[in-house]
Amino acid sequence: MKRVESTGSFVLALWLLWMNPGISAANPAEGDPAPGREMAQQATKGPKRWITADHGKHPVLQQPFTSGPEVTKACLSCHSEAAAQFHKTIHWTWIDPTSPKDKPAGKGGLTVNNYCISIHGNEPRCTSCHAGYGWKDKNFDFTDVSKVDCLVCHEQTGAYQKFPAGAGNPAKEPTVFKGDGKEYLPPDWNKVAQSVSRPTRENCGVCHFYGGGGDMVKHGDLDSSMAKPSKTLDVHMGLDGKNFDCVRCHTTTTHQVAGRIYSTPAATERTTLAQDDLTPRITCESCHTSKPHKEGSKANDHTDKVACQTCHIPEFARALPTKMSWDWSTSGKMKDGKPYKEKGPLGPPSYDTQKGDFVWDKNVKPQYFWYDGTIDAITAKDRIDPSKRVALNWPVGNPGDPRSRIAPFKVHTGKQPYDTVNKTMLIPHLFGPPDSDAYWSKYDWNLALEGGMKKVGLPYSGQFGFVETSYVFPTTHMVAPKEMAVKCNECHTPKDGRMANIEGVFMPGRDGNRTIQTLGWIAVLGSLGGVLLHGLGRTISRRKKED
Amino acid sequence: METNNTCKMVNIYLYSRYERFWHWLQSALIITLLLTGFETNSLYSLFGFQRAAEVHNFVGISWLIAFLFFVFWVMTTGEWRQYIPTSKKMVLVVRYYLYGIFRGEPHPVPKRKEAKHNPLQRIVYLILAACLLPIQMVSGFLFWGYNSWSTWGLGWLSLKVVATVHLAGAFAILSFLVVHVYMITTGHSLTAHSRAMICGWEEVEERDAIGEWEVKARAKSA
Repeated sequence: MKRVESTGSFVLALWLLWMNPGISAANPAEGDPAPGREMAQQATKGPKRWITADHGKHPVLQQPFTSGPEVTKACLSCHSEAAAQFHKTIHWTWIDPTSPKDKPAGKGGLTVNNYCISIHGNEPRCTSCHAGYGWKDKNFDFTDVSKVDCLVCHEQTGAYQKFPAGAGNPAKEPTVFKGDGKEYLPPDWNKVAQSVSRPTRENCGVCHFYGGGGDMVKHGDLDSSMAKPSKTLDVHMGLDGKNFDCVRCHTTTTHQVAGRIYSTPAATERTTLAQDDLTPRITCESCHTSKPHKEGSKANDHTDKVACQTCHIPEFARALPTKMSWDWSTSGKMKDGKPYKEKGPLGPPSYDTQKGDFVWDKNVKPQYFWYDGTIDAITAKDRIDPSKRVALNWPVGNPGDPRSRIAPFKVHTGKQPYDTVNKTMLIPHLFGPPDSDAYWSKYDWNLALEGGMKKVGLPYSGQFGFVETSYVFPTTHMVAPKEMAVKCNECHTPKDGRMANIEGVFMPGRDGNRTIQTLGWIAVLGSLGGVLLHGLGRTISRRKKED
Repeated sequence: METNNTCKMVNIYLYSRYERFWHWLQSALIITLLLTGFETNSLYSLFGFQRAAEVHNFVGISWLIAFLFFVFWVMTTGEWRQYIPTSKKMVLVVRYYLYGIFRGEPHPVPKRKEAKHNPLQRIVYLILAACLLPIQMVSGFLFWGYNSWSTWGLGWLSLKVVATVHLAGAFAILSFLVVHVYMITTGHSLTAHSRAMICGWEEVEERDAIGEWEVKARAKSA
């Protein structure tokens, strides 16, 4: 009896001992942080920067300048290798370095998107976001070191502006850009040149917040709200959070900025700073490790198959609306013989004669795909199947690949011209002088497509139609505070969950064996019916006996 | 209260404190596991998926640990003999529950300290304790340790299969539970069996200490 008793209390004691960590895991208490958060905080302490030179004191930057290339030459007189380094980067080439020579991918290659489709023929407008001077057509000299624009990334006055249609050059004299009605001033070259420093959010944002020709248009997780975000919008960049600038994670060596480049992933190995202190801080795991949550937390078991962003970016475009759809086929309508715009419910236009119909949306739930960190795309040379929506690019990955994880994406849909005979996507000439064949001059698709395809040197049959397309952007910025992370049952649910279209993985709560469930309930209800009948039989037989 | 047999009734101490503790602990664990398990199968919303999954994992592992103590107890106390299956009197017991019970006949195999389970119980509890519950624990443990499969050399396992086995086991246990709860009422009085499992004492008919069939079963096993 004694022995039995002590065994019983020992089991109880063990059970209570086991229970403790379980309870604390269920109620995360402050002061007991997750190891991954703690590691990341240690890794990023000490935001102080140091610099040993005052560029305002350099005589070479005090000489009179009249153009960008003159400033660049001055920079190169000390930073002798900077331009050569920069020439090798995607910021300069706009070409995916891994793509084949005959079918180059990238903005500067033959990739097409479902915004303004392609830069070819439209260079002066598009290359206002090129970190260079004078890329106005295909004859631009990519080997000229003086054409590198050091200032757009490094200047800190905030007053340096490239003219929106100046092929990367700032205005030579005060000029109004018709597209936005704003006046652009020539820079105070000396002031701008002397202000240089490491790139800040504003430097990167000048282009990356305004991709697609305007604020909020492209990424969904990058827009002007990220210049001075709150912690709620982005825990890392929030002014009341860690106040990171872009290069805090997009670490840079010899002008190579860490990050994904088309089909080159941002990182091939999931290395942390603890393993290699010089590893780029580009992945979440660089700082947070692959077991970022509290010991024993189920969330840690997800990191092999689910990207951090999937749970920690519940929605993108949380401050400003982003463009979700663009239908070129409705463009060209006039009001009183003039092009017009219609204001949409969220603010930005829902119709523009130049461009067609737009759909904007705010607080958008991402779509999810298996993703190995690379994105593949078709080019204007590839044949398409116009009978269904054409994916212009798509995340690469599959459930069987240990490098692939489920990751969130913005999917922008479009309707845009394609060659109905050659079955290829078409590149229109959009932007040009009033008397040119540009679409925004004469609103004639056939002329614009002929002009565009001729400029890029690709065949056009003369027959065009509009085809539905899709274009993806990985969602990786706007990481929300942990309280806002996606809850378990938003994915672990049988119907309409966030992971409804994800295949190749068994998810409790989403996937159940229907046959077993049916048979199971038959067995349970059968048992219940059996015992009820048996009980009824006993009651009746007893009554009879008593009678 | 309404027994019509004329035998003398005696109180015997049937279940020791540990057995009763184990019985009720295990029933609490199993009911919690059923409740939270079916919730993680999205059958209803009670605790919320996250809490249900956390409680399920924790209770499941607790059960596994406690069960190891039960196995130790069963082996060291010799109580394992109570689970040796026998066909003796099996027909009588089945006949009793299908027919005799309605006629108010006495149970063909009354409980004894040395033979707590009738032949039907023996086979059911043996299947339960040696088969169904271990399957459930093993499949549950594998489910829980999914991320370690490759380190355990179990990379070939399919989560879908493990989950299906686990779900099928859950239905089997739930079915057992339904019948088991009903069987509590089939003692010589409605509350006789539940009283025994709460206080340890059950009122049974006074007969030979051990039935003849029991002696033979022992001799065979020895």
